[in-house]
Amino acid sequence: MSGVLELFARFWPQLLQGAGITLLLTVEGLAAGLALGLLTALGRVYGNRFWRGLAIGYVEIFRGTPLLVQLFLLYYGLPGLGITLSREWSAFLALGLNSGAYQAEYLRGSLLAIGSSQMMAGRAIGMSKWQTIREIILPQALRLAIPAWANEPVSLLKSTAVVFLIAVPELMAQGKIIAARTYNPIGAYITVAIVYLAIVYLLDAFLKWAEVRVKIPGFEAEGKKA
Amino acid sequence: MLANFFLYIVQGISITIGVTLVALPAGLLLGLGFALINTYGGPWLKRLSAAYSLLMRGVPPIVLLFILYFILSGNVVNLTPFWAGSIALGIISSAYQMEILRGALLSIGGGQMTAARAVGMTRLQSIQHIILPQALRIAIPPWSNEASIVLKDSSLVYALGVPEVLRRAQQLSATTQQPMLAFGAAALIYFVLVFLVNRGLDALAEKTKLPTQTA
Amino acid sequence: MDSPILQAKNLTKIYGQNVIFQDISLDVNRGETIVVIGPSGTGKSTLLRCINLLTPINSGQIFLNGKEITAPEASEDKVRQQVGMVFQNFLLFNHLTALDNVMIGLSKVKKLPKAQAREKALYELNRVGLSDRADHYPGQLSGGQQQRVGIARALAMDPSVMLFDEPTSALDPELIGEVLGVMEILAREHMTMLVVTHEMGFAREVANRIVFMEKGSIVEQGSPNDLFYHPQHERTREFLWKITELYGKKDEEE
Repeated sequence: MSGVLELFARFWPQLLQGAGITLLLTVEGLAAGLALGLLTALGRVYGNRFWRGLAIGYVEIFRGTPLLVQLFLLYYGLPGLGITLSREWSAFLALGLNSGAYQAEYLRGSLLAIGSSQMMAGRAIGMSKWQTIREIILPQALRLAIPAWANEPVSLLKSTAVVFLIAVPELMAQGKIIAARTYNPIGAYITVAIVYLAIVYLLDAFLKWAEVRVKIPGFEAEGKKA
Repeated sequence: MLANFFLYIVQGISITIGVTLVALPAGLLLGLGFALINTYGGPWLKRLSAAYSLLMRGVPPIVLLFILYFILSGNVVNLTPFWAGSIALGIISSAYQMEILRGALLSIGGGQMTAARAVGMTRLQSIQHIILPQALRIAIPPWSNEASIVLKDSSLVYALGVPEVLRRAQQLSATTQQPMLAFGAAALIYFVLVFLVNRGLDALAEKTKLPTQTA
Repeated sequence: MDSPILQAKNLTKIYGQNVIFQDISLDVNRGETIVVIGPSGTGKSTLLRCINLLTPINSGQIFLNGKEITAPEASEDKVRQQVGMVFQNFLLFNHLTALDNVMIGLSKVKKLPKAQAREKALYELNRVGLSDRADHYPGQLSGGQQQRVGIARALAMDPSVMLFDEPTSALDPELIGEVLGVMEILAREHMTMLVVTHEMGFAREVANRIVFMEKGSIVEQGSPNDLFYHPQHERTREFLWKITELYGKKDEEE
């Protein structure tokens, strides 16, 4: 489609800028989601009744409702309570909270898989519960979670697209601008789609490379040695 | 006053469910077709279906939604936003469902196909009577995950102006200046819907489970 | 003879409705190797786990080096520095090399400086015959090698007592020997050891005392000679006869 090539030639600065914001949102959301997800998973597996309840509530709510609704609640809803967040902060929080809930489930699964026998071994040499979690369980659980977790960055990248609806100038927003300026919505959005494909491809390749580098010899996803 | 408020949003539920009920089966039919083509087709069909999957899953759903919407409500085919949006969501979902079904087919596949052919069945018969019944059963858990995703993604048709739950909540928030209440209600409705769908599908999985040996 | 290094007094352990063991008392003297035998599920492993406080007891007291470790003010973590444990399933830390597995207790729990910890760890690995595998991961080691690393890991903490919970039960038959060999050397060096095992040959050759447990209580205990050739109780005789059928024959033929 020559139309698309023209669009690329004309709008590549905007597309690049939009892609940059998209990547930024992805990285921020991923990091926040990881921190939240880890805390939640730990709270759910090792915490007392209160923390467990909190963890379960958080995960259920953020996995049980659409991201768009969460976004609108933060951006349009909170001002009703007197809290006004900028669009950037709303986007960041919505993406982070949403991703965190999904990451919590991956991490919980791998914490449980590593869990009790390694905990016993750590405590047997005199480590405290949290020392064992930090030195023994987490390093293994995090690695075990990698194959499943590797889906999250791409998933998050794709979900950043909805934040254009609160006018954050990421890639999809640029598509909307191009569509308006050229009266060619199909061409504009196909152009944007191609950029997304390119980013996803690169991200995927990067993750595959990273996965190989962190591998522990002899320690695969299904085979932990006792 | 408050009652009208909620009634207005609640009426959106039928639209939300409507969108989901169009998108999911559409996605299933298309996805199953592609999965079968990919698993049992010749090399070109395999490549084509694999490309379809990669393309459709590598682009954010909302971007695809917009592209398909403009195509489906344009000059060639002229559908209302509801239908254009629902079918578009179905097409998007078909790629993900294709992957789920493909996985299920592969995990049943080899040995069962051999056994069926050995009894004299044609390929088609084997697929129809032996492979599919088993594959569809084990696909239910991941499929129910996809079902709740489609339900949640139905909120995306907000951007097309379709008067489903989220769109109504936004209108209400604007007219009543009660954004927290409006969007909170929307969130609650989605939460309940997703919960019910998950429960329903869990029950389905239970009912259709193949009996295993009891010790 | 000074007082026993480990004293268990009237220990009772109950899980829900099941009484695992009741009113068990056992003394372990310094330098002794005690082997605990008995049918599976009689609480032998649970007893070991109670001794290093991994599992809490319902009633009774345990004394280590004269101090009560079951007292409420006792620090469990500190106690476990003095009691070494070797597990049936090895339970090595999969993300660490053999050397790091042995070292981690020294650096993180005993807070030794890295160089010192490393030296001690290498010493212990050497002691179990695995210094050439120091940089291997558990996934790259055979079962017997993994278990020997497990022994080194426990030894590195310089415990007063070593507990062995069926150390060879998860091993392929041809790998059992290398682990028992290490344990025998430790016994000869007068390490105080409490071993739960089905290896009758080891019990007969190496134990100073054998304890026969069944249905949650100690039926009989005595020197290997006493138990094997002059058992006092019918059940002891029955059990040993059955076990010797399986395990002992090869020893008699040697």
